[in-house]
Order: sequence, then structure tokens, then C-alpha cells
Amino acid sequence: MPSLLKKDKPKQTGAEKATAGAKWLDDRLGLAKGGRVFFNKIFPDHWSFMLGEIALYSFVVLLVTGVFLTLYYVPSADMMTYHGSYAPLKGTQVSAAYNSTLAISFNVRFGLLVRQMHHWAADIFLGAIAVHMCRVFFTGAFRRPRELNWIVGVTLLILGISNGFLGYSLPDDLISGTGLRIMFSVVESIPVVGTHLAFWLFGGNYPGNGVIIPRMYMLHVLLVPAIMVALVGAHLALLVKQKHTQFSGPGKTEKNVVGTPMWPGFMFKTQGYFFLVVAVLAGLGGWAQINPIWQYGQYFPYKVSYAVQPDWYMGWLDGALRIMPSWEFQNFGYMIPNMFFPSVLLPGIAFNIFIVWPFIEAKVRKDYKEHHLLERPRDNPWRTSIGAGALAFFFMLFAASSTDVLANYFNISLNLVLWFFRFATYIIPFIVSAVTYKMCLELQALGQYGGRRKRFNVVLRTAEGEYLSVKTPARPGDLDILSGEEEEPLELTEQVSQKLRESAELIGVSGSESTKVQPPADEGVRTVERD
Amino acid sequence: MSEQEVTSTDNVGKNEDEIDPAQDPRLELLAKKPDQMEKLIALCFVVAIVCFVAMMVFYVKGSSTQVEGALMAVGFGGLGVGMVAWGKYLMPKGPFEEERHLIGSTEEDQKAFADVFIGRGTVAVKRRSFLGKLLGLATAVFGIFALGPIMDSLGPNPGKALDSTAWKKGSKVVSEHGRAIKVDDLEVGGFMTVFPEGNVGSYDGQTLLIRAGSSDIVTMAGRETWGPKGYLAYSKVCTHAGCPISLYQQETEQLLCPCHQSLFNVLQAAEPVFGPAPRPLPQLPLAIDKNGYIVAQAGYNEPIGPGYWNF
Ligand code: HEM
Ligand code: FES
Repeated sequence: MPSLLKKDKPKQTGAEKATAGAKWLDDRLGLAKGGRVFFNKIFPDHWSFMLGEIALYSFVVLLVTGVFLTLYYVPSADMMTYHGSYAPLKGTQVSAAYNSTLAISFNVRFGLLVRQMHHWAADIFLGAIAVHMCRVFFTGAFRRPRELNWIVGVTLLILGISNGFLGYSLPDDLISGTGLRIMFSVVESIPVVGTHLAFWLFGGNYPGNGVIIPRMYMLHVLLVPAIMVALVGAHLALLVKQKHTQFSGPGKTEKNVVGTPMWPGFMFKTQGYFFLVVAVLAGLGGWAQINPIWQYGQYFPYKVSYAVQPDWYMGWLDGALRIMPSWEFQNFGYMIPNMFFPSVLLPGIAFNIFIVWPFIEAKVRKDYKEHHLLERPRDNPWRTSIGAGALAFFFMLFAASSTDVLANYFNISLNLVLWFFRFATYIIPFIVSAVTYKMCLELQALGQYGGRRKRFNVVLRTAEGEYLSVKTPARPGDLDILSGEEEEPLELTEQVSQKLRESAELIGVSGSESTKVQPPADEGVRTVERD
Repeated sequence: MSEQEVTSTDNVGKNEDEIDPAQDPRLELLAKKPDQMEKLIALCFVVAIVCFVAMMVFYVKGSSTQVEGALMAVGFGGLGVGMVAWGKYLMPKGPFEEERHLIGSTEEDQKAFADVFIGRGTVAVKRRSFLGKLLGLATAVFGIFALGPIMDSLGPNPGKALDSTAWKKGSKVVSEHGRAIKVDDLEVGGFMTVFPEGNVGSYDGQTLLIRAGSSDIVTMAGRETWGPKGYLAYSKVCTHAGCPISLYQQETEQLLCPCHQSLFNVLQAAEPVFGPAPRPLPQLPLAIDKNGYIVAQAGYNEPIGPGYWNF
């Protein structure tokens, strides 16, 4: 074998081969120039930039585990008798979809692990997107020129939530089926076209003619992921084109980006983050049970599930449904159903505000300039308090999705809990906003000293029983809170240093150490009398 | 090769000879003892290899989800920690800097583009605007044609489908197993899910049969004969979002929907008393036939379930 003969110099051969190969490619594609710019792309070193990466890598895990699931999952509502290995369900009537999901869980090696990883990845994917979005919002990273990427991001969020719901509905278990029924009502409630849309989706009046599962399957594994992959590509391409934002700091300006280059540092680290995301998801998939559909049973339209619980990213919508007063509007023979307000109007308004937010803000603040340096949340109290209020609102809606659990837990009447949420959901965000606004101002007032170390004061009692408060010497970075200047060590007045020496001896501190204590001339030392 | 490449990172636009790589502090490593770090990272990778080999073994032999998950987590954890440490401690520590350039094109470029787009193209197209309109018309006609097959393949039009159910005059009340219900099948306080005979398991036929008393019950004016011998029947489909109503609380005479906790008053025509449900549950008028079977006097006199536009 020729390769054995060249064993002494394999490295050189490899490098030469690589160079030749690269040249071959470049002669055909002309990539060297662009490739260099790409490898030189700088990534700022700040933890908050990792949130988007977590979302990206959970998405990759979703794609990979999802493909594995498609090898076993059967998208069909046809009924059959269960003969699998889960004893309590043996001999019962189940749909092919439910049957295959049980098979993935009990009869496919690594099947349950992959299924649970897929579900956890969905939850973490959307969580990471939400936190990533907060980072972008509160630091003003969406400002010109990045408005388009903000819109791409919000679209990804909406598609992610939708695809999560579709996937959740695929196993055809009692809980997901009930969720699907609620979705039918949501669609039905859309004015003018609602009933038509619902009938078209389900192939007829609920529960339809059996097409909903194959249709959701097509959307879940093909159409929505394809659009999402394209959008993720656009998101990243824009990121490279427009370059990263960065927090201000030494050497960082509007005209540069400081950090780690794509090659090699960032590529290695980010590859590592990918593996870590896989590791966490594998740990969750193996140890944290999620969606044990065998406990819920097959969905039948007239059967009842007691704990109807959507995934967390649907929780706010469920909460909104619960606290909606029992209104319904009927005019000219047409009805605007109760469901329309919390489940169509509310998300419609919310997502539309998200999408146009960069333009609202630019207009209100009359700020049309390019921004590459980020703001700290306190730098922009107006935006930060609105964002905090919005978060509080969504959190209240989310909490409202467990009114019954809360009532049980605190042993109070459901009535009270419901009425609390009907008001608090709208009041608390304003309080949160106001407090946030005030906090931003306070943090601003701290100015440059915010987060700096104060200088220590040492309180000593002299032999005469006198108390002395003495400032310790300035260490690098210590600031005087009043003047804001870094302090020079001051000379001791003779009287004070004498006293210090005496007391230091009394408390057993060696003389040389006590002379290091250098109080400022006048106000640095205060005498406190005992009364 | 990597280190040489990185030197240039900082010098976009500058002459590469300006900085001597040997003296560039940014190329130093963060690790104080690189050799030790290398051993640590190697250990991480070895752990990963061991885990993945174990996974192969368990794939063949079979094991539990917990073991599979733990091996995969530790394996990928090893890879992850190793790669991050490698990238962080054994790569040039930086920080490197990249200049930003104006994102928008220069005004000349924009103008040149406009010249080409408008000057060469759009003007030529506009000159034949009639053709353009015809082209648009052709596409529109195709679009209208396409609506037909698309909508037909999606599903039927609602029509009157939502207005009525399979219940009609004389429908026998049967259980979910198809058994006809006789007048003494339920004790007072009992309830069950029933369907019209011939339509067992249907979504919109599902109805709650409740025995709320032993003598006739009138739930509201005009429904004097609907509740013979204490039997009441309400649609089981919640008027809020369509969940099946699950619970009959006998002491309070209320029906509870598990989805969003709406409560309906059984004795007062299932009027909603709590929660988001906006309308009472439609009541099915019952009768008892000569053989003692419970039957429907008529179908529901209003649509069941959640509200919709064509109410
Ligand atoms: C944004 C991306 C995605 C999200 C948020 C998502 C979410 C989900 C969720 C929550 C489930 C329910 C899992 C369970 O049974 O507990 C699910 C099931 C499923 N997903 Fe996905 N998924 C995504 C992408 C994909 C892709 C790209 C594929 C395939 C190529 C896929 C294939 C499947 C299959 C076959 C099932 C049904 C099997 C089962 O339930 O065990 N998913 N998905
Ligand atoms: S579906 Fe019954 S309360 Fe919402």
C-alpha cells in the first residue's frame, strides 16, 4: 500500500493535498476572497450572544431527531387493535398514529430517548428564542440596520410555536386531541372566513374526515421546517453581512467589532456549544419524562382528559382563554365568538406589534441613525419599562393557564383566582413598568460608579473608648463615591495615626500593618461617642 | 496554517507585513500551561469515545432510556467541554478587531443600478404596457381556475353542517356501547354520555344524560315536557371551545368543563355561571316511549358547541 511507504512525512503530504484540493475548488468557485472575509468575521465575547446559538442548535437537534421519528411514525387516523408491549392498552382500539408513537416509545431502541429529546428540544428551542429576543430587544440590537433581521426572528418564533403545536398534535393522544379540538374552535371563530377555514383544514365538520393528521404531518415535517431552514439561513446571512453589534467598552466603537474571529477560535467554541446542547437535551430526554402519551390513552372526541396542558409556549394563549369574560357579540345575524378575542385578536395584535416595533421606536424617538453599539437596558428606560411590562403581561397570562392548580394549591376558591387574574393581568404590567422605569433611572444615577467597588471603612475603638471610622487605602479601581475620582492614598494626620497605632496594638494587629491604614485628612475620620 | 491566517484578521486593509506574528500578543494562548490543557481536553474526548462505544454495545443488547440518555449526555458533554476549552484556551486569545464598512452602497453605485434597472429595463417594459396587462390577466385567470381544485381538495363548504346534529325526532338514546337506555337505568345523581342510535361515538351527537331527580324537571319556561322523570340531556360539547364536558357535581347541580373550568347550572337550562363559556349548553328534549326507553322528542333546536361566524 503506497500510504504505508510515506509514513514518515504524512503531515506534509496532507497539507499539500489540502492546498491542491482548495486550489482546485477555488479555480472553479472563486471562494478565497469571500472565504477570508468569512473566516475573519468577529464574534463579540459576551455571554448573551450565546442565546441565539442555543436556539440554533436546538433547531438542528429537532431536525435530526425529527428525521429519526419519521422512520417509525405513521401519520394515519385509521383505527386498529393495539398489540404492542404496553400491557394496559393491549387489545384496545387505537389509531395508527397513536400506535406508532407507542411503538417508538416502547419497541424501538433509543426510540423513547429520541422522542423525548425531540420534545425537549422543541421546548428549549422556543425558550432560547424567547430569551434571545429579550436580549435583542432590551439592548436595542434591532435598531437600524437590523430591523429586517428582527422581523425574520419574530417570524421564526411564530413558525416555531406553530410547528410545536402541530408536532404536539401528531401522536393523537387524548390530551393533544383535545388541544386540536380547541384549535378547530379558534379557527372557527375568525370572522367571515373562519368556518370555511376550519372545514378546509379538517376536511369537514369536526373531527373531519381523517385528513387532519396526514395534513399536520406534512406541515410539521416538510413545509414549516423548510421555511424555517430558509429563514434561519437568511437570519445568519444578514448577521454576517451586517456584522455583530457589541456592548461599548475599551476599544469598541461604532466603526469596529472586537472579539473572537470565526476561524479558528469561534468555530471551535461554537461547535463545542452545539455538543453541549446535544448533551443537555440527551440528559433531559433520558431522565426527564415528557408527554407520556401511554398514560393519556387514545383520543376519542367524546372522551375527557382531566389535565389539559399545552406546552409552555402555548400557555399564555390558554391563560388568555381562561380569563376572558363570557362575552359574545351578535349583530345582524352574525356572531363574533368569545374565542376570537383571546385566541385570534390577542396574538394577532401581539405579533404585529413585535414585528413593527423597530419602526415604532424609530418614529417615537426620532432616531433613524445606524447603531452598532448596544445600549444597556438602563440607558433607555422608556423601552426597557415597556418591555418589562409586556413580559409581565405574558407572564400573568401564562400563570392564568393554571388557575385551577393555583386554587387547589393555595386552597382558595377558583372564583377568587379567576377574578384576581381578570384584573391583575392588566394592572400588574403597569406596576412592573413603573418600577422598572424608576430602577433604570436609579441605575443611571449611579453613573459610572455603578457596579464599582466602594472603599472599605474600618471602624476602630481606641484605648479611650473612642470610635474611629477609617478608610482603607484605595485599591486599583476603587472610586470615591462623592467625587467619582480614583483616590490617591492620603497622608495620615499625626493624631489619628497615633491613635490607630495604639488601638492596633490593643487588638493585636502588628504595628506595620496598622500604619498601612491611611485615612483621609478630615472627613475620612469620624469620631463616634457612646451615649 | 491557522496562526498565520489569524494575524491578518486584525489588519483588514492593512499591509500584512506591519505586524510581526512572533510579537503579536493577540496570538498568545489563554492557557498558562498548554500541555496540561491539551491532556485535559484529550481526556474529555476519550470519555466521549468510551460513552459512544458503550452506546453501540447497548444498542445491540438493549437497555433503558435512562442509560441511553446518560451515555449520550456524558459523551456529548465530553465533546462539548473539550471543544470549548480547545477554542478558548489553545487558540489565539485575541481580542481581534474587524472594521465596519458602510452597509449601503455608494451613491454612484445606486445611481448606476437605477440607470440599468429603469433606463434599460423598465422603460423598455413600459413601452409595451399592453402586453404586461395581458400577461397579468393570464396569470390571474389561472389563479382563479386554481382556486377551484385547491378548495375542493381541502374540504367541503360548511353549508348547514354546523346547524344541526344527528339527533332527530324519536332518536333512541344509547350508550357509548350502543345499548339503549331505559328509564330506570340511572339512579338520581347519576349521569352518562349518550348518543343518538346509529351514531355512536360521533362528535356532535355526544350528549350528557343526567338524572337530576325522580320527577319531571322543567329547566325553563317552554321546556315543560323536556325533562321526564328527572332525566335531563344537554349537549356535551362546551360552548366555549368545544371540549367535552366531564363532570356533574350533584350537590351544586353544576356541570364542569375541564378545559377552562366553565360551570353550567343543570336545573336552569345549563346557563353558564362561571368561566368563559358564553352560552348555555343546548338542551335535548327527552321523552319516554311506551317500552320505557328514553328517546329524543326532537333534535337540538339550536347549534351545539362553540360560536362561529355564520351563527
Ligand atoms: C421547529 C421545529 C420543530 C418543533 C418545534 C417540533 C416539535 C414537536 C413536538 C413538540 C412533537 C411531539 C413529540 C411528542 O410526541 O411528545 C413533535 C413530534 C414529531 N415531530 Fe417534530 N418538531 C419540529 C421539527 C420536526 C422535523 C423537522 C421533523 C422531521 C423531519 C419532525 C418530526 C416529528 C415527528 C415524526 C413527530 C411525531 C412522532 C412523535 O410524536 O413521537 N419534527 N415535534
Ligand atoms: S372549552 Fe369548556 S371552558 Fe373552555
